[in-house]
Amino acid sequence: MPIDLIVNVVIAGVLTGLVYGLMALGLSVIFGVVRVVNFAHGEMMTIAMYAAVMLFAMLKLDPFLAIVPVAAAFFVLGYLLQRALINPFITRPEHSQFMLLVAVAIVLVNGMLMIFGPDARNVQTDYQLDSFAIGPILIDAARLYAAATALVTTALLFLFFRYTLTGKAIRACADNYLGAKVVGLNIRHLYGLTFGLGAICVAVAGCAMSILLEVTPQLGPVYTLLAFVIVIVGGLGSMGGALLGGVLIGVSEALAGLFIAPSAKSMVSFGLLILVLLFRPQGLLGRKS
Amino acid sequence: MNFALHRRATVLLAVLAAALVALPWVADNYLISVATLILFLAYTGQAWNVMMGFAGQLSLGHSLYVGVGAYVAGGLFFHFGLGPWAGLWIAILVCMLLGAAIGFLAFRFGISGVYFALLTIAFAEFTRIGFDHIPWTGGPGGLFLKVAQRDQVDLLHFRGPPAMYYYSMLVLAAGALALCAAMLRSRAGYYWQAIREDEEAAQALGINTFRWKMLAVIVSSAMTAVSGVFFAFYYNNLFPEQIFHISRSIEIILGPIIGGVGTLFGPILGAALLTVLSDGITELLAAFGWEIPGIKQVFYGVVLLGVVMFLPNGIWPPIARRLGIGR
Repeated sequence: MPIDLIVNVVIAGVLTGLVYGLMALGLSVIFGVVRVVNFAHGEMMTIAMYAAVMLFAMLKLDPFLAIVPVAAAFFVLGYLLQRALINPFITRPEHSQFMLLVAVAIVLVNGMLMIFGPDARNVQTDYQLDSFAIGPILIDAARLYAAATALVTTALLFLFFRYTLTGKAIRACADNYLGAKVVGLNIRHLYGLTFGLGAICVAVAGCAMSILLEVTPQLGPVYTLLAFVIVIVGGLGSMGGALLGGVLIGVSEALAGLFIAPSAKSMVSFGLLILVLLFRPQGLLGRKS
Repeated sequence: MNFALHRRATVLLAVLAAALVALPWVADNYLISVATLILFLAYTGQAWNVMMGFAGQLSLGHSLYVGVGAYVAGGLFFHFGLGPWAGLWIAILVCMLLGAAIGFLAFRFGISGVYFALLTIAFAEFTRIGFDHIPWTGGPGGLFLKVAQRDQVDLLHFRGPPAMYYYSMLVLAAGALALCAAMLRSRAGYYWQAIREDEEAAQALGINTFRWKMLAVIVSSAMTAVSGVFFAFYYNNLFPEQIFHISRSIEIILGPIIGGVGTLFGPILGAALLTVLSDGITELLAAFGWEIPGIKQVFYGVVLLGVVMFLPNGIWPPIARRLGIGR
């Protein structure tokens, strides 16, 4: 097999993986703070992809510009979802939380099926077929932009958690729930904000992904599982871990598609997940609890 | 539970049993198939409940055991003509070994809670995609068992009219109920409940939590293997995409969760309610002429949301209290 083909596939895998990583980052942030596993994560991602596709179809809005309204709407919806539905469940057992979010996921995925039908939809921009050539290596322009967007969003989120007062307050909730309560933090509000931030990650990742892939309602459950695999491999609650996990899964999917069969690519990801869970259950970059 | 309460529960159970035994005389084939499905889900939910409801180990990948059980028995029949009764024991053995392997790896490395749940999903998904690529299983094209004539009861080859499958499932569901009731009152049952409530405290009391959690996984996977074998010879076609899919795992566990996790009667009630709800919504929507793809599941999801929000312990516990009977 020619070496430049493999290099091209790996580069495409890394770039797609960064977008995957941003999606998984949303899941990781929500779990790290609220301690609820969002089983409707991929469904939310698919809704963001549909939002980008519809904004393009109706207003000719470029998906990268659509990020702004979609992210704003997702932040508000995420906040409300946490406050109204999920908050009463944070002290309930895991299977109860699981049921709640599975019910939400069922409604979301089938709501999309009702509205948009089962057919795949996509956006067509003039830069989708562009590529940059470095010698024999070709890099898709759209993929590069999507990956750059994911990196910028991750950096902004990192800065928010590091330097703003609200970001520090959210981290305080995650570190010590009781302590945060004692010093008078409004935990319900902060949990709502956290879920909103997780939803922003999904919104940005969804808009970026809408340029790379056709969207169908059935992508929802696939992305939910993919996000789980990535955060466990990288380490739940670790921001760098989510990106690293995303890149690893992106590359392993791309290589499995090349060397085994495209239909077997997620088997490699699940195999990786099983190995990580058994030998480093806290994830590659996670801290031992 | 005092004697009067106990007697009331016995009477209610006897009435229910009589109604279930009499059902094929009054019901048509469609109703029998619905009742068979309810019993199938009740039995499988009961098996899952051993792990989650009794021992507190959340498995979100129980489709793995249904699928492997179905493929072992179905595959042996398809390739070697081995009958269902021999295949049944091999399927149980294979699923027990599989459950033991997963339980051993998970519990040895101290994986619990959400991580354990995700590990079970990972094994089920890994197997689903793997089976798509194994020629012996027919791959994504499926495995089809020969359908013989269906009007005569042939227990040896497990072929017969719908009522035969219904009664087999009824026996299985009743057997599972009795087995679970006995297990709950055995030493294992008390150890499991101690582990479910507080694993560290159970360990401090000298319970070997590893061993008892292993037992729960092995019992649960063996019981689930039986529903897989039933599935293979009832539906006669197997596709990895369907049988291992995570939506099937969810289908299995919805019944016990809606009915009441850890209760004896919850899985049965939950399976019945969900199946009737699902078929009822289909009929209702057809009557109104609203046949948009997805609308049925949206209704289903909304009802689920309502139940988990307003009845966090499931439907059975408040009913049991109202009737004045336990579990």
